[in-house]
Amino acid sequence: MSTQPAGNDDDPGVDAVGVATTPVLSQRAVARARRAASLRRFVRAYASRRAGMLGVAILLVFTLLALLAPVLFPAEMLDIIETVDNDALAPPSGEFWLGTDENGRSVLAVLVWGARASLIVGLAASLISMLLGTLIGIGSGHFRGPFGSALQRLTDWFLVIPFIPLVVVLAAVLGQRGLGTIVLVLGVTSWPGTARLVRAQTLSVEGRPYLERAKALGGSDWQQMSRHVLPNVMPLVVANTTLTVAIVILSETTLAFLGLGDPFLDSWGTMLDKATDAGAASTGAWWYLLPPGVCVIFVVLAFTLIGRALEAVLDPRLGRD
Amino acid sequence: MALTSPVDARTGTVSSGGATTPGGIGRFIGYRLVSGLGTLVFVLLFNFFLFRLLPGDPAARYRAVKNIGAADLARIRAELDAPVLTQFWAYLRDPLALNGISAWKGQPVWDLVGGRAWPTVVLLGSSTLISVLIGVRVGIRAGWKRGGRFDKASTAVTLLFYATPEFWLGLMLILLLSSGVGPFPALFPSGGVIDSGIDPLSIDGAVSVAEHTVLPATALAAVYIAEYSLIMRASIIDEQSQDYLTTARAKGLMDHVVRRRHAVPNASLPTITLIFLNIGFIIGGAITVETVFSYPGLGLLTFEAVSEQDFVLMQALFLVFTLSVIVFNIIADVVIALLDPRIRG
Repeated sequence: MSTQPAGNDDDPGVDAVGVATTPVLSQRAVARARRAASLRRFVRAYASRRAGMLGVAILLVFTLLALLAPVLFPAEMLDIIETVDNDALAPPSGEFWLGTDENGRSVLAVLVWGARASLIVGLAASLISMLLGTLIGIGSGHFRGPFGSALQRLTDWFLVIPFIPLVVVLAAVLGQRGLGTIVLVLGVTSWPGTARLVRAQTLSVEGRPYLERAKALGGSDWQQMSRHVLPNVMPLVVANTTLTVAIVILSETTLAFLGLGDPFLDSWGTMLDKATDAGAASTGAWWYLLPPGVCVIFVVLAFTLIGRALEAVLDPRLGRD
Repeated sequence: MALTSPVDARTGTVSSGGATTPGGIGRFIGYRLVSGLGTLVFVLLFNFFLFRLLPGDPAARYRAVKNIGAADLARIRAELDAPVLTQFWAYLRDPLALNGISAWKGQPVWDLVGGRAWPTVVLLGSSTLISVLIGVRVGIRAGWKRGGRFDKASTAVTLLFYATPEFWLGLMLILLLSSGVGPFPALFPSGGVIDSGIDPLSIDGAVSVAEHTVLPATALAAVYIAEYSLIMRASIIDEQSQDYLTTARAKGLMDHVVRRRHAVPNASLPTITLIFLNIGFIIGGAITVETVFSYPGLGLLTFEAVSEQDFVLMQALFLVFTLSVIVFNIIADVVIALLDPRIRG
């Protein structure tokens, strides 16, 4: 890792100057080979964890279903004008494997399309949360003055605010319930956990000698944070974000169930909301209530298993099994 | 939704409680109260500005309410037209909106909130009791014989519970135990907290409340059974490598005595903290579970405030929820400091 002022690594001119003194491999090729080796080590360590691999397998199935939804069930099958002749809330049959909903739509078709909504919301909101959490976490760990402690206070305060009530109130206050609003609401509320974790890790990295060296050589705050702290914090952030996806998907289900979801998008939470409105629980329409919940459980379980396996592989100190 | 990892729980105790304070539990509690005060100021500010994000004309929401007087309406409009600083001052004098008028019912907010508090306390209390009693036992047994058959089975079930939305579990319980589907008789009522016309303080009343609370409390407890058993298992495993357990065994104590008298008391600290720290999450669960069971507590009231767009009521409820989290966080730190001298330093 170069401690020259930032930017030189990407400048081809520098490599040309350095050629005369470089042996067989350039500095960058060495770094690349080292990274490839550690990636292979990581993949091997991850593959030896059966629970983690189970998570990957479940997630692959649901990702495939989400991608293939338009092929398996053409979009017309979700159009209530097309399905008006079908029986409403009919139990499973040869034609409709999981029965029909209150509009005569195939529950199986709505379910498969719902995988898209849940995965998109889960991933997009977690991305926002990851960015915010990493920025605030590294900032609060790196800056020692009032700025750092202000960021730390902010994190601690947000950790106190109860998550689901905040999400519900924010969604209600913002009103327009598009997919974007929901992603935003879940993204800007779920970062404090990540920020706390990143801060702790940043503090431990900042104590190491190579950071002292970077400081002594006059590296800027930005260079210290982006070139030295970030690469060391990143593995934990990835593991933590995987767990965040699980929480976000559960929260989206909760929001949609409370009628705060996107009314034009069938997510699993929206299905459960419509099912209870149609009286599925009291009339015993189990085929409408059971499948969305089971899907949520599987996807959340998959992300939890992957996140735990990543944590265990990347940070052996946690000592989980 | 209690997806706090065991690590979070452990660092959570230590990080929030100024471990460096010298001298006595009194100093510690004082320090904790002062830092709680800072949080309180933030929460008050946050709660005020959150509801100023609202688009549209807030006074318009009151026009649909039938039983609201012209004088009240004029007062509400004048309050909403005032400059933000004046509004903020008014809010600081009455942050819980004790005098606020609900846009949904046209009555003072606290007439609505007051009567709804006790069912939620009953629900949260009983589900916490269920989850601690079951979760802790399962965790101890799984952790003591790590890798055994019971451990493997309980970890699998635990992870499934972890991933289950509370309200969906509630729907399944209604489907199985109170709708009377197929071979299952309708065992439990599926709505309300008590049959009408019974005094909740009589014996009949208590039985009726219990009948109405069993299913929602179970639905709410499942995820925490999972959480407590995971934490308890992890701490038991941690304790097993400690020297004092080897000493206890070397003295010739029976295995179950070593476990009950030596390992469990030390391993319970993270779980005890977590019980108090979970209040914020469990309130979140109560919103959906009470909605599913039409259980007339603060959670159902939140859902009603959201569907009726009653922001005055929502603001008061949100503050009540946040304040209870602050109070329980302080209790958690104090309890753990009383139990574990290492935290007091």
